[in-house]
Amino acid sequence: MMRKKMSTNSIKTTILLALFAGFSFTSCSDDDENPEVVNEEEVITTMNVTLSATGTETITLTSQDLDGDGPNAPEVNVSGNLSASTVYSGSIELLNETETPAEDITVEVEEEGDEHQFIFVTSGSVASTAYSDEDANGNPIGIEFTLTTGEAGTGTIQITLRHEPKKPNDGTLADAGGETDIVQIFTVTVE
Amino acid sequence: MRTYAIALFAIIAACNINAQDCKSILIGEVIDFHDNTPLQFATILITGSTKSATTDSSGKFRIENLCDGVMELEIYHDECKTKLMTVLIDGDTFLKISLEHHLEELHEVKIIGSTIKNNTNSALEQSLNLNTIEQYSSQSLGDALKEIAGVSSLNTGANIVKPTIHGLNGSRVLVLNDGVRMQDMEWGEEHAPNIDINGSGTIAVIKGAAALQYGGDAIGGVIVMEQPKTREKDTLFGKTVVNGVSNGRGGNISSEITKSLENGVFIKAQGSYKKLGDRETPNYVLSNTGSNEKAAQINFGKLLFNWGVNVKYSFFKSDLAILRASHIGNVDDLIRSINNQEPETINPFTYNIESPRQEVTHHIGSFNFYKRFQGVGKWNIQYDFQNNRRFEYDIRVGDDADKASIDLDLTTHTVTTDFKWDSKYEYKLHLGAMGRYQDNFANPATGVRRLIPDYSKFDFGVFFIGEYRFSDNLIADGGIRYDYNRIDAKKFYRTSRWEEREYDTEFQDLVIDDLGTQLLVNPVLSYHNISGTLGMEYQVDNSSKLRFNYALGQRAPNPSELFSDGLHHSASRIELGDLRIANETSHKFSLSKEVNYDMWGFTIEPYANFLTDFILLEPTGVEYTIRGAFPVWSYRQTSARLLGIDLSLYSNLWDNWKTNHKFSLVKGKDLDFDNALINMPAANFRNRLSFIKPKWNNFEISVESNYVFRQNEYPADIIVFSPEQQQDVLLKINTSPPAYHLLSAYTKVQFPIGIKNQLQVGLTVSNLLNAEYRDYLNRQRYFADDLGRNITLQLNFKY
Repeated sequence: MMRKKMSTNSIKTTILLALFAGFSFTSCSDDDENPEVVNEEEVITTMNVTLSATGTETITLTSQDLDGDGPNAPEVNVSGNLSASTVYSGSIELLNETETPAEDITVEVEEEGDEHQFIFVTSGSVASTAYSDEDANGNPIGIEFTLTTGEAGTGTIQITLRHEPKKPNDGTLADAGGETDIVQIFTVTVE
Repeated sequence: MRTYAIALFAIIAACNINAQDCKSILIGEVIDFHDNTPLQFATILITGSTKSATTDSSGKFRIENLCDGVMELEIYHDECKTKLMTVLIDGDTFLKISLEHHLEELHEVKIIGSTIKNNTNSALEQSLNLNTIEQYSSQSLGDALKEIAGVSSLNTGANIVKPTIHGLNGSRVLVLNDGVRMQDMEWGEEHAPNIDINGSGTIAVIKGAAALQYGGDAIGGVIVMEQPKTREKDTLFGKTVVNGVSNGRGGNISSEITKSLENGVFIKAQGSYKKLGDRETPNYVLSNTGSNEKAAQINFGKLLFNWGVNVKYSFFKSDLAILRASHIGNVDDLIRSINNQEPETINPFTYNIESPRQEVTHHIGSFNFYKRFQGVGKWNIQYDFQNNRRFEYDIRVGDDADKASIDLDLTTHTVTTDFKWDSKYEYKLHLGAMGRYQDNFANPATGVRRLIPDYSKFDFGVFFIGEYRFSDNLIADGGIRYDYNRIDAKKFYRTSRWEEREYDTEFQDLVIDDLGTQLLVNPVLSYHNISGTLGMEYQVDNSSKLRFNYALGQRAPNPSELFSDGLHHSASRIELGDLRIANETSHKFSLSKEVNYDMWGFTIEPYANFLTDFILLEPTGVEYTIRGAFPVWSYRQTSARLLGIDLSLYSNLWDNWKTNHKFSLVKGKDLDFDNALINMPAANFRNRLSFIKPKWNNFEISVESNYVFRQNEYPADIIVFSPEQQQDVLLKINTSPPAYHLLSAYTKVQFPIGIKNQLQVGLTVSNLLNAEYRDYLNRQRYFADDLGRNITLQLNFKY
């Protein structure tokens, strides 16, 4: 008899406590405030490469990925054909277009020039590239460069921005190491 | 002091009474406190005299020729705590004495799942004792648990060690820290349990979901860490363990002190500090792999047999560096790392902890009360509070260089209560309920899109477990549990991701705000889980035992499985959860045969685990961004089957020599795709030879060989397009590293210092031959070798 009383009592207590716990918890979970949105700052959405030479049309190479790490692949665009056997002076602009107005990331890369370098890899009718800028230590960055085309045909130019590469390096990706901030391949026609 | 006074009083009384006529008789009965059954062979001694008696089979005793007056009795029983009591003899006196039956106490410890080898629970259960825990004092919980057959770990380097039981880890392995279920973001592969191994007295592992009182979702198993019980005794004791570690050029110190009083009041304090620099492989430094850990706890209360109150607070903080070379930019970097077989970054040794790194703080506060009702059982109620704050720092540039990329604040409140009817010999019943509220806050100040969203979660559970003893040889147990989980999240999705996942056709009504490129979504998801267990234990004869257990486990998906979305910088992969993921179910059958002879013994534990809607994370392809291509890891559900066996064998064939042998094998299969499951531990074989000579200051020396086979069953590698190479290449992201063999040695000796103090000196050398190896279950195997030789010198001072 005694036992029965004890056990029913404890069951009651248990249920009461559980109900109490449940009640107090649900009552404090009402949180109608919406979380604050995060618009990523360091994202580079866009790379604009301008190639110009006297007497020819200025060509822009664009890679734009507005959803960043989202599922959509970058949109790559080449504005026109390059002229054969021409030395173009090139410059690179990096933007974060998720912000309005767009943030210019090139400035940051320039300021931290000793920690960054663009590496160029060419093939086919794109003959070579050369650096025309320097960081504080006299090593190339690659925001400003020259590009020399060869004979008519098709070619590719791959532009990679490496963060914390080995500097100085021999200009190859393998030797530079570091981490890739951007990489894009452009296929161009040389005529 | 009180004892002394009573004794003095008894002596004085005895002196006075000498002259009197001493003809009184004391008749008594000694019974078990729990079930009022008589206790035979209890000895009753009258202190200060030679008079004593022993109880007969009905628990009765009789002492004649006593003088009237107050006297003190001491009651002994083999299986009980000695009891002292004073009685007034006034003529013939009858006395009923109830003893706290020690066996019953053991039994209770066992139900909680601790030190004592489990005798009635039908599940597979093994534990580590204090000596083993102390041996691993400078390492982590996951390292120590590998001593148990069937337990392995999923590592991220040497610092982050996630215990894996029978091939399963993460949310499927529940960690119970002194009665508190850890809520420390166990969902992430690179999230280790936030526990200091030095804070526990015993660690038990229940392989499977059979321990329903802790949760029905422990499909892998339960790890139960407990404090040693304090005794109702006036005492002050403590210990300090100091380790010097060669690999990492650091060490740790852990100290604890306990004060307990005869009235059950106790206070205990413990603290640990650990610092290690960069770890090293046989050939190079693992740059940025240092660690820094601080832990402290304070525990006080009053623990009596009848009732008790226990209040505890514990703190744990770890700052862990993550291998610099494992932070990669994109899939080309990963291809390079896998092909190079040497890390990209090797710097000189340093103690500095740089990005990438993690900084995690965990607080636990708990209040526990229990009351025992004589002849009925024990009622227990507990409230616990936990706060887990996790920062993950990535390599960032500019103004954000010192800003965390992940900043999560997880707060949990839990109330549990249960009642255990344990007074009957034939059966025991256990009924309980749990209520939990959890809130996660993801700080937007990181400037990085949240990997895990803000959410609030409510859990409720009830369980009922019974145990029936058919005979002295056969015990059956069974139980059922119901859990309800409700998660209310507010998450921002990229509009492109929302559409790519086709959520817009199914979940569009969950959208509460459209910000153009991002959508704010409010999923409220509920899950009902039923779990159960049924088992039996049969004592075949004096030396062998057979156990069978079936456990049904059901687990609701965790926030990571549901909501992960985006680039996980520290892992350089895009992780994708799925809102459609439902709860997973496990049916596990396990059998165990245990045989113990004088000279040798063995245990065989085969098991089969059939999982429906098993949730797994695996590489599924690549996604292209302006930063290059990234491997995509997606969660999906499938039917799976795990078959495994754990074998252990020991022998004591010669005096002072002992051998131990363990073998574990598990095979995981994805039944829907007829393919191997990812991240299944490879078969491994451990053999130890020990020489123990207690006469030489408890001298012990042992050599252990650990052979880890190559994991031959892994999912197919994936083919990805490499922008750098302008072609499709095979990314060997799943291929397992070769088999390896590690030798280790251990020796110790104890020296008494004074009467009560003791110093133990131990020396451990792991990876004795400095072997180069990589482990399949180390997420950094793509980037660097595993640890080289490590020498640990340990001083363990007990006072």
